[in-house]
Amino acid sequence: MNAPARPAPWSRRTTWVVRSLGVTSAVGLALVVWLGLWVTPPDKTQHDLVRLVYLHPPIAWVALYLAFGIAVISSLLWLWPRTRSRQWDRLAAASMEVGVVFTALTLATGAIWGRPTWGVWWVWDARLTSTALLLVLQLGYLALRRVPSSAEARARRSALAAVIAGVDVPIVHFSVSWWRTLHQSATVLNPDLSPTIHGAMAWTLLLGFVAMSLAFAWLLVLRYRAEALAEVLDDRALDEALSERWAEGPDPSPAPGTPVGVGS
Amino acid sequence: MWRDALLVAAKDLRIEARSRVVLNQVAPFAVLVLVLFALALGPDRGPLRQAAPGLFWVAVLFASVLAVQRSAAVETTDSSRDGLRLSGIDPAGAFLGKAAAVALELLVLEVVVGAGALVLFGSSVRSPGALVAASLAGTAGLAAAGTLYGALSTGTRMRETLLPLLFLPVAAPVLLAGTRAWQAALGTMASSAGDPWVRILLVFAAVYLALGVVVFGALQEAS
Repeated sequence: MNAPARPAPWSRRTTWVVRSLGVTSAVGLALVVWLGLWVTPPDKTQHDLVRLVYLHPPIAWVALYLAFGIAVISSLLWLWPRTRSRQWDRLAAASMEVGVVFTALTLATGAIWGRPTWGVWWVWDARLTSTALLLVLQLGYLALRRVPSSAEARARRSALAAVIAGVDVPIVHFSVSWWRTLHQSATVLNPDLSPTIHGAMAWTLLLGFVAMSLAFAWLLVLRYRAEALAEVLDDRALDEALSERWAEGPDPSPAPGTPVGVGS
Repeated sequence: MWRDALLVAAKDLRIEARSRVVLNQVAPFAVLVLVLFALALGPDRGPLRQAAPGLFWVAVLFASVLAVQRSAAVETTDSSRDGLRLSGIDPAGAFLGKAAAVALELLVLEVVVGAGALVLFGSSVRSPGALVAASLAGTAGLAAAGTLYGALSTGTRMRETLLPLLFLPVAAPVLLAGTRAWQAALGTMASSAGDPWVRILLVFAAVYLALGVVVFGALQEAS
């Protein structure tokens, strides 16, 4: 594969778009916090605990569907010879990396909700278990990426790893849900697609989903950019080292009689 | 493809027959895992008998990591994988052959570990047919997924530590379904039916065998 094209610095417009994406998601999240904590009423059965519902499902949506889905799809696009491009490798890496954070947050917010509701931080419920396994799968992918190797080999290996692990996710999901089910069934995305919550709560939850997805998109863009810049840095470091070495001038010729190429 | 698979499987099994690494090192390790579990859970027969199916599969899972590592190491020494590729062997055949060899080694190991589990933990078998079916299906899945990850992590410098991290979470459904099927077959769980679990094991094996046939060529290029 050729050396990566040096990405030009972001144009003013791109910078503006990325910044406003960040600001919008921050404002959205602040709104969700305000609506969730002060405006919406407490629930009949769950009381104040219900307020965590404005954060936990949106985070889980980003972690389980958006981030992992993007990572697997862009890995497939890398593997497909016609669409092969470094961009897909970077996108997969960025998405998986941001996804790990969201998966960990899903488990953390879930545990915070579970402690008062179920009385324990953790239960071996179907969704918790499969989310935990997903976290380990993602960590494995990131560990594989960190193994030093050429960019091409790394891209191929990580794309294959993402696909091999991605195939496992539905199997894990089904086997674990047969194994045990305690988690409350999906509230908004239930099979007949009729939300079972209403009014201010529904709007706050919807805003939560939008704001969290925007936050993910923002982090994804930044991470992608960082990945591209890191590649440039790698290349440039080698270039600079080479030119420095050249600037030192030719080696003084070895004294006659000393064997060449014998190290101490 | 099938001829190539037979060749590769025969090669790997011949290496194993001459070196006896799996038989002399991995199988005793798996039995050791059983003994360690017994030490950890205490000498009471009750909990041990309850846990026997799960302990068997955990021991098999750990042993399969080692077997896969061995199977991949065979290819890295003396760059014999390049030789394999140069000889014009179909990658799909190479995958099936390596997976078959690992599966056969694991089956021998499972007989030893299974006998050990039944004797040490005092379980009795209710339906031997289901027991064998679950073991065969689970082993096929473990060998297929393991061979994929073995090829993925060879060529990387950290393969010893990387392989378990990558492979074990993926193999989690085998542990789960295998344990449930064994519980049904041993009668430790009164009400559970084993059949759907054997089906999960079969699906897992089919998916990873198919995936391996498709991607193994690309995997060999990766390292």
